[in-house]
Amino acid sequence: MSLNTRRVIWAYAFLLIPLAFFLFIRFAPTLFSFDVSLRAFNPLAEVKPYVGLENFAKVFKDIGDPTHPTRKAFENTFKYVLIGTPIQLVLALGIALLLNSITRFRTIFRVIYFIPFVTSAVAVAWVWRALYMPDFGFLNLVLGLFGLPSQRFLLDINQSLPSVTAVVVWQGLGFAIIIFLAGLQAIPETFYEAARVDGASRWDIFRHITVPLLNPTIVYLAVLQTIAFLRMFTEVINLTRQGDGGPLNSTTTVVLRVYREGFGSQNMGYAAALTVVLFFVIMLITLVQMKFLQRRFEY
Amino acid sequence: MATIATDLAHNAPAPARPRPKMANVMAYILLSIGAIGMLVPFFWMIATSMKTASEILKPQFFPANPTLENYQTVLTRTLFPTWYVNSLLAAAASTISVAFFDSLAGYVFAKFNFPLKRVFFLLILASLMVPTEMLVIPWFIMATGAKLQDTLLGIVFPGLITATGVFMMRQSFYGVPDELLDAARIDGMNEFGIFTRIAWPLVKPAVAAISIFNFLGNWNAFLWPLIVTSKRITMTLPVGLSFFSGEAGSDWHLIMTGATLSTVPLLIVFLFMQKQIIQGVALTGMKS
Repeated sequence: MSLNTRRVIWAYAFLLIPLAFFLFIRFAPTLFSFDVSLRAFNPLAEVKPYVGLENFAKVFKDIGDPTHPTRKAFENTFKYVLIGTPIQLVLALGIALLLNSITRFRTIFRVIYFIPFVTSAVAVAWVWRALYMPDFGFLNLVLGLFGLPSQRFLLDINQSLPSVTAVVVWQGLGFAIIIFLAGLQAIPETFYEAARVDGASRWDIFRHITVPLLNPTIVYLAVLQTIAFLRMFTEVINLTRQGDGGPLNSTTTVVLRVYREGFGSQNMGYAAALTVVLFFVIMLITLVQMKFLQRRFEY
Repeated sequence: MATIATDLAHNAPAPARPRPKMANVMAYILLSIGAIGMLVPFFWMIATSMKTASEILKPQFFPANPTLENYQTVLTRTLFPTWYVNSLLAAAASTISVAFFDSLAGYVFAKFNFPLKRVFFLLILASLMVPTEMLVIPWFIMATGAKLQDTLLGIVFPGLITATGVFMMRQSFYGVPDELLDAARIDGMNEFGIFTRIAWPLVKPAVAAISIFNFLGNWNAFLWPLIVTSKRITMTLPVGLSFFSGEAGSDWHLIMTGATLSTVPLLIVFLFMQKQIIQGVALTGMKS
């Protein structure tokens, strides 16, 4: 047996378990998910008949019904993305620029901002629920100190979604800051020097050097955060009273609907159809990202 | 590398001009306000965990007489110790598997040539396109069929090998010189020995990085452990905390004790390894 053949055999032997894993734990389940979405799938029932695109038809019919929880879930999920992502990015970029401008205590600030990111989302959600408590929660105590009226936050139908968004933004800030810092430090110093020689102001430098050169980082983070908001679940189920995305579905998300329908109501075909829709939305956003990222900037 | 604003300061024609300094003071003030915002929830959590049941119904920030009684209650009257062990086992098991198999696959893709190599690699990367949320239903049906509900294997099986880990390890193994591996071959070492004794030790920093992320990710994982466990005794810490808190009603002192117990140990670990973790995140842009 030649040396080369022997090495090819070794390569396949080494890859046997990893490839089997990806085949059985990733690929087959992906296809299975499409399969489930085409059936009336109650896991407890004897037969799980194919029903064509009925589940998808139901999903889109529910999206068309302004009061349906699924409609609310899609509405809210897009609200989370549209409110949360820009706030997250602007705050993180601002803090990263500040951090980049100081020389002392930079490490300690970085660590502090990063702490929530390594904390479990479940614990974070419950701590914020305590902060948001209507009577003697921290935030209402602070409002009281300033003589402001007490707020109901998570229990108020108009405040609940922004309150949940705030928690997610707070927790993910540290991650975005670290990525921005890495992006800022990759910008060659000579660009700033050249701009200064030309007499550019701070604002000019920010607008015409920092932002364009940071563009790949901004797009990357925007996509990552968008996908994270599209997949939101843990925060909502733990922040809302019965874990139901309330009050009155004002905070519910697509993934929470998947969980409730699939594992609460045993309506797995419908739940799988929801995940398929989510999958295509995420894929679309990833493809758009790739297109944007191809517009590279020449250094 | 010098920083932007200090360089802007150098740019000022007269170095003694006060404006850059003011800007610097403002930066510290703003960063400190932000830092307080990051830390206050944790202080409130710990402060509440030391209050008595009657104190949480009063408008006060700090406990009058801090007590550790709540910790005793939570640790002896609930399943928190069991959930700790379950989380530790699940996170450790998946991390060990990831550290070994992600490295092995990454090594093969970096250092071997064989038919279909590109196809296999692209297929593994393509799996990243599918969000976990889409897989939990099939995984649950599979786990039920294989009687893996409420078992350690059931909790960990989806994460035993990761595509990101394979990708990162492949990049690291590119840095290992072929001459070194060939020398070992000439000495008659078998390929598995070359991997474990020559190549693997050279990429330990990368292995450490993916191990830390994987441990954190599994320790904090919620959706899948929530789905695959139904008995309290088999729950992981986040799932247990969620159930416990949901049932504790308005016993916020106990809920915050549970939250403290489930976050503080990990935060201590993080503080010790903050440099590696933050650098790792900056390098890879990883997000669980």
